[in-house]
Amino acid sequence: MRKWSCLLLAMLILAAAIPLAGCGSESKTTSGEPYKIGALFSNTGFNAPLGQPEVQTVEMMEERINKDGGINGHPVDIIWYDTGSDPAVCYDMAQKLITEDKVVAIIGPTGSGDTFKIFDLVKNSGIPLISCAAGTAITIPTATDDKRWVFQSPQTTLMIVDRLFEYLKTQNITSIALITDTAGFGADGLKTIKAEAAPDKYNLTITSAQTYDTDDSDMKTQLGKIRDSNPQAVICWGTNPGPAVIATNMSDLEMRNIPLFCSHGIAFKAFIDLAKEDANGVIFPCGKLPIVDYLPKKSDQRELLLEYRKNFEAKYGKGEANTFGGHAYDALTMVTAALENAVTETPEEMASSNDTLQAVRAKIRDYVEQKINSTGYPKTDGFVGTAGIFNMSATNHNGLANDCIVMIKIADQKWTPAE
Amino acid sequence: MRWMTTDLFVQSLTSGLTQGCIYALIGLGFTIIFNVTGIINFAQGEFVMLGGMLSYFLTRSAGLPVVPALLLSVLVAALVGAALYLLTIRTARRASVVSLIIITIGAAIFIRGIAGEIWGINPVSPPPFTGKHPLHVLGATILPQALWIIGITLAAAVVLHLLFSHTIIGKALRACSMNRSAASLVGIDPKTMALIAFALAAALGALGGAVVAPLSFMSYGAGVGLGLKGFVAASMGGFRSQTAVIVGGIVLGVVEQVTIAIGWGPFKSDYKEAIALVLLLLILLVRSRKLSEEERVS
Amino acid sequence: MLATLKGNKWSYLAMVASLLLLILLPSQHLLGQKISLLTAVGIYSIVTVGLCLLMGYTGQVALGQAAFFGLGAYISAILSTTYNVNPWLAMVIAAVATGAFAYVTGFPIFRLRGNYLAMATLGLGIIMWVLFRQLRQYTGGPDGLTGIPNLSIGGFTFDTALKRYFLIWFFCIVILLISQNVMRSRAGRALRAIHGSEGAAESVGVNVTQFKVKIFVLSAVYASLAGSLYAHQTHAIGPSSFDFLASVVILTMAVVGGLASVWGAVFGAAAILILKIELIPEMSKVSFLRSFFQSGAAYLIIYGLLLMLVMIFMPKGLFVTLRDAYERWRLRRTRRGAVT
Repeated sequence: MRKWSCLLLAMLILAAAIPLAGCGSESKTTSGEPYKIGALFSNTGFNAPLGQPEVQTVEMMEERINKDGGINGHPVDIIWYDTGSDPAVCYDMAQKLITEDKVVAIIGPTGSGDTFKIFDLVKNSGIPLISCAAGTAITIPTATDDKRWVFQSPQTTLMIVDRLFEYLKTQNITSIALITDTAGFGADGLKTIKAEAAPDKYNLTITSAQTYDTDDSDMKTQLGKIRDSNPQAVICWGTNPGPAVIATNMSDLEMRNIPLFCSHGIAFKAFIDLAKEDANGVIFPCGKLPIVDYLPKKSDQRELLLEYRKNFEAKYGKGEANTFGGHAYDALTMVTAALENAVTETPEEMASSNDTLQAVRAKIRDYVEQKINSTGYPKTDGFVGTAGIFNMSATNHNGLANDCIVMIKIADQKWTPAE
Repeated sequence: MRWMTTDLFVQSLTSGLTQGCIYALIGLGFTIIFNVTGIINFAQGEFVMLGGMLSYFLTRSAGLPVVPALLLSVLVAALVGAALYLLTIRTARRASVVSLIIITIGAAIFIRGIAGEIWGINPVSPPPFTGKHPLHVLGATILPQALWIIGITLAAAVVLHLLFSHTIIGKALRACSMNRSAASLVGIDPKTMALIAFALAAALGALGGAVVAPLSFMSYGAGVGLGLKGFVAASMGGFRSQTAVIVGGIVLGVVEQVTIAIGWGPFKSDYKEAIALVLLLLILLVRSRKLSEEERVS
Repeated sequence: MLATLKGNKWSYLAMVASLLLLILLPSQHLLGQKISLLTAVGIYSIVTVGLCLLMGYTGQVALGQAAFFGLGAYISAILSTTYNVNPWLAMVIAAVATGAFAYVTGFPIFRLRGNYLAMATLGLGIIMWVLFRQLRQYTGGPDGLTGIPNLSIGGFTFDTALKRYFLIWFFCIVILLISQNVMRSRAGRALRAIHGSEGAAESVGVNVTQFKVKIFVLSAVYASLAGSLYAHQTHAIGPSSFDFLASVVILTMAVVGGLASVWGAVFGAAAILILKIELIPEMSKVSFLRSFFQSGAAYLIIYGLLLMLVMIFMPKGLFVTLRDAYERWRLRRTRRGAVT
């Protein structure tokens, strides 16, 4: 037993030595020190369905950027860590990115909980953060001193809910029942829905508000209560597999005569794969990616979306491209645009002087706030991204307008425009 | 809504019964291993997950019909359980029970990772055994798969009971659970019994997973939550009594669903796990007081 | 306190060396960049030591320590933000409240014969987690609380990572010494000696139940203190840090470190945290391993495998195995010396 213990100890030390030997940040096809961009994504944990495509996107983009010669002649190294959908881990990994890996900016995290956890850290370290989480409170109230360094690339939950409620108005729906996930995504949706349904806003009656846990596999009891409350529509807020279970349960309970609306959390091929025929008829608000084929040729986003989808699916499989990967794409392209247009310091200079690194971080922050808008990109009236056209400003660190969200209906197990 | 319709109540009972049967099956697996080896096997939930994932893979990708896929899944899981025992528990010879528990924790994480690597993170579901057409019973909607779950759980309970009381292996397992050293004195090898216990528990877990997956979309991480619920069910039986485990599992499932149905005050879907646990802890307290009083009197 | 410093001169030397290491490690030349990891080891050592004591004395497994950890964190956070209570006072209130809670729930648990601690602590842990997550008005719901202030004494605020490092390790060392005292106390030794037969203990008048409840309370208070320190260290907390899996991590730290000694807790906390925060993330950066890590499952495979291997080959835990190996080596040296 003693010999085995020694062997094990030796193996552990060896395993520790691999990364320390510095094989870590090797550049690919270009030479010279790379620009280091940090990323935090929920590759595992309950936000994994959202985080994995984000990881896949940055991996794909890193390959493409370096193949095309890098930025300003320098290669790019995107260092991403898995937060496990755990804010505590997110904090530790953010710390690593900032002090050990010395990245110029951080993309992500995937979840709002993770993002809130590192607000203070990002502010005190003076590093720009472009979150891929939809929590409205991330950039609202408008960029105060506390949130100078924080930006947001997805549409906020508030925008998504408002867009849905606009649609409900056109359908003359005034009473709704809710069934939401208890985890962060669903809880955020519930809070926003309740606020927006208020009499002074969209004035909707909530006949019943049920919840379910992410792992739950049978929501028939909750749906029974909802049916007894007689709503005109059911709104489900959560990510896979909950909404698929609910769609199926509703069919089993013969409740599908009541329209079912979901959140953008179902904008994955996986939802249709799971719910199969029960997915038909579901309507949800979302960015334009799933229905890009229906966009008019003159749409500024059309070309970008088609290109993104082509590249993503070439690497990861047909039908897999989704809006969440797109949020990472947007965040990343904002940072690379900043590097390209505003940063003259070289990675070597940043590595040798902490002051230079801090100055570069500030430059990137300034560029995103001041130039990711119609001033910096006048031809398209803003910075074109997968989520929409961005117009950032000192008081708006999200930059998206309501028209970047469309209503999508699933028909014949495919995405079609609902309007 | 402070009141619930009878229909809703019956719905919550049927959903609860179905869920509870799964918890009971998993709990039986915990009980068998604990009885024979004294170990709390944290990998029990992963056996359930394996059963579900394997039956998905065998039916959807390999195109096997339902029954062979089920049997094969259970067999493979039993082999995994046996391998787990042989490679880890048996190797760690002089380890304390607590160390062995940590080994099962490590094994659970490892198995989860392998499943995630092979099948990805997306939830999947194998086809139901006899179709999807829901039945309407006493105002509640119940899927045929749910009837399978209840039926198979009861059948498993009966088979286990017969196994333990009428077969030699079963009696040997029981002997081991009562007194390991005495059992070895009469020629029963506790190591072989432990191996059988692990394989049997894994088979039971996988059976549960294969029969619930068509209903509830299994994914590589499903083992944690299910294992937890099964552990609670097993605790109701003090990790010893089979009937108590089954009753405990069913109570857990039913209380959760009824709490959702009540939907008033703290009795809401938000708190269903907490409510169910409070109730179960109280039951545990009352039962154990009674047991220890009996002990003291005798 | 001085009694714990007695013993042969080697352990005295080890203690001085450890203190020196503690002071020098966070310097820029050594591990200054990893200061938040070093601080986390301190925080988790405090929780883990409590669990070690609890499991050592009751002989049972506890699966809910994260609930007490969370209780301390949340009470400190809520009192010091919403109600503007002095953070130190909040910490004391949290510790007292958590201790009282443990006292009240401990009695019914320990009066039961048999292996009920596991189930009871599991249940308690989950109930607390559900409350942390659902009592949105007080706890901030699933997204938790932010803006937790730093601790300060008079005009001196613990506002840098380095200052908080020393503060937390100060607490940690004090608690480790107290715990060692508990283990070496007459009552502690007596109970360990008759651990196998509680009946015998009771027959000579030792109130076994009361002692177990006291240890339960102590472990809860430790966890609460660690939780409060954690809140003031990271300034934001959420329920996902205090769920069942978090309790399992603490359990793992205790067993991997070794239950027989309080120093095992530090080893266990360090080993698991290094694995999670350093080893595996660093591996994920290595170019030829990147696609393996992309699936997300790689982390689980490596962590699970290492955990199994460590427990199979070092079942008594890291600290105890290393200490025994060192003792054997020393014995061989003296024997060789005696022969020649």
